[in-house]
Amino acid sequence: MIDERFDAIVVGAGMAGNAAAYSLATKGLKVLQLERGEYSGSKNVQGAILYADMLEKIIPDFREDAPLERHLIEQRFWMMGESSHTGLHYRSDDFNEEKPNRYTIIRAQFDKWFNKKVQEAGALVVCETTVTELVQDAYGKVIGVKTDRGGGQIHADVVVLAEGVSGLLGTRAGLRKIPKPTDVALAVKEMHFLPQEVIEERFNLKGNEGAVIEAAGTISAGMTGMGFIYTNRECISLGIGCLVSDFQKSGESPYTLLEKFKKHPSVAPLIEGSEVKEYAAHLIPEGGYKAIPQLFGDGWVVVGDAAQLNNAIHREGSNLAMTSGRIAAEAIFQVKSRKEPMTASNLALYKKMLEDSFVMKDLKKYKDMPQLLHVQSQNFFLTYPQLVNKAMQNFVRVDGTPKKEKEKLTMKSFTSARSWAGLFGDAFRLARAWR
Amino acid sequence: MATETAVRVEDKLFQNRYLVDAGRAHIKVRPHNEPTPALKALLTACPARCYELNDKGQVEITADGCVECGTCRIIGEPSGDIEWNYPRGGYGVLFKFG
Repeated sequence: MIDERFDAIVVGAGMAGNAAAYSLATKGLKVLQLERGEYSGSKNVQGAILYADMLEKIIPDFREDAPLERHLIEQRFWMMGESSHTGLHYRSDDFNEEKPNRYTIIRAQFDKWFNKKVQEAGALVVCETTVTELVQDAYGKVIGVKTDRGGGQIHADVVVLAEGVSGLLGTRAGLRKIPKPTDVALAVKEMHFLPQEVIEERFNLKGNEGAVIEAAGTISAGMTGMGFIYTNRECISLGIGCLVSDFQKSGESPYTLLEKFKKHPSVAPLIEGSEVKEYAAHLIPEGGYKAIPQLFGDGWVVVGDAAQLNNAIHREGSNLAMTSGRIAAEAIFQVKSRKEPMTASNLALYKKMLEDSFVMKDLKKYKDMPQLLHVQSQNFFLTYPQLVNKAMQNFVRVDGTPKKEKEKLTMKSFTSARSWAGLFGDAFRLARAWR
Repeated sequence: MATETAVRVEDKLFQNRYLVDAGRAHIKVRPHNEPTPALKALLTACPARCYELNDKGQVEITADGCVECGTCRIIGEPSGDIEWNYPRGGYGVLFKFG
């Protein structure tokens, strides 16, 4: 199919793949990008929030023509009880700035735009083509790929694996292991369409302002999980995700959780009367620092979700994807500029540069969080949210009970659900993991 | 176990766009008499409910509504219970929004 030889082949056209292909092409490398979807974006799923800073480093003037939905001025965290939530809201007019920091986006549209930039930068993008195999030489060096279009092998000096969270090619070639059920979450999401003014009324927004709700608690039925509600211009992205291992153990179904989340009395009024136009599901890397696989080898690097680069605590996936794609491209460019071969020892530069960036520093900071939250899911996602909601009800409901007795009741509900030692232990462990 | 609810997954999938590669299922279940725990987990964990029990009590897959999340690969591939591939280029789910 393609007889030429390329400097680099990028497998996948998601955030990481597009960032890598764009950065490589703008540096003058001869790039082939392969995508199995009809177009870049047609297989990609995200909440989705875009962090401006990381994209600015790749395309500084992206605001001029990128399809952005709303800039975020409000963040809500909801701790969910069965029929209540206790919330923390942060809203600031400071976010109504000339160059806002965060936007909601719709991936199918955004990725299409990003990929157009990749093509304009000079990369050859071939869609509707699934890479079926990595081609390795007798020494195991990756020298190219095979696709389902037939026509044999396509060769390149380096293959950038931006193949997404499940990472079929890399795992099959033995470059890394398939992610464990404890290290990935399954999220399901629906797109709820409503008139723009209805969304703005319900979320107290004006113009292009947007709000985000992230919710945890009884909605995940004791599993490690989270719900989210993001405002787009004319629709609301609503979803919920839990660890695959928890789904496996509990026998809960993702769509059942989603329906319950939608029917929660705090959520239902927000989406009332909406028209659902899509139902999607996606895996999210949740293993953190300790789940990061080998990132480079002879003739290859791995970026984005395939490298399990996601900061689950701050909900940053796509910006780590973009940044790792950009950094991989810079490392490859440096090796090439020195006219050196794409060997593991030379491509180790990618890992070093990643370690010097916020990507690895942040993941390292939270390296113990996944273990803590995943093992103690009953406490952190069920017991504590229930207790906090009960305490709030105790606090706000005036019924003639003396306040001192109310406080005693609240304390008692905490200590009977979880011993003092348990409470202090969890607080200590959480603080230590956060450090 | 979760209680059976009246969630109709097929209604959800009906909103989606697909290009089905007829006769070329991208996921296959290993023939078996008794389903393994991993296969049983797929009955509830698959977000598109592609896995169902047949009348012999075996787990079967109909991958037409698959949203290509990869959950069944994570659960079922290491034990060899399922074989998982990407659909051919251009086929499968075509997200309008993602």
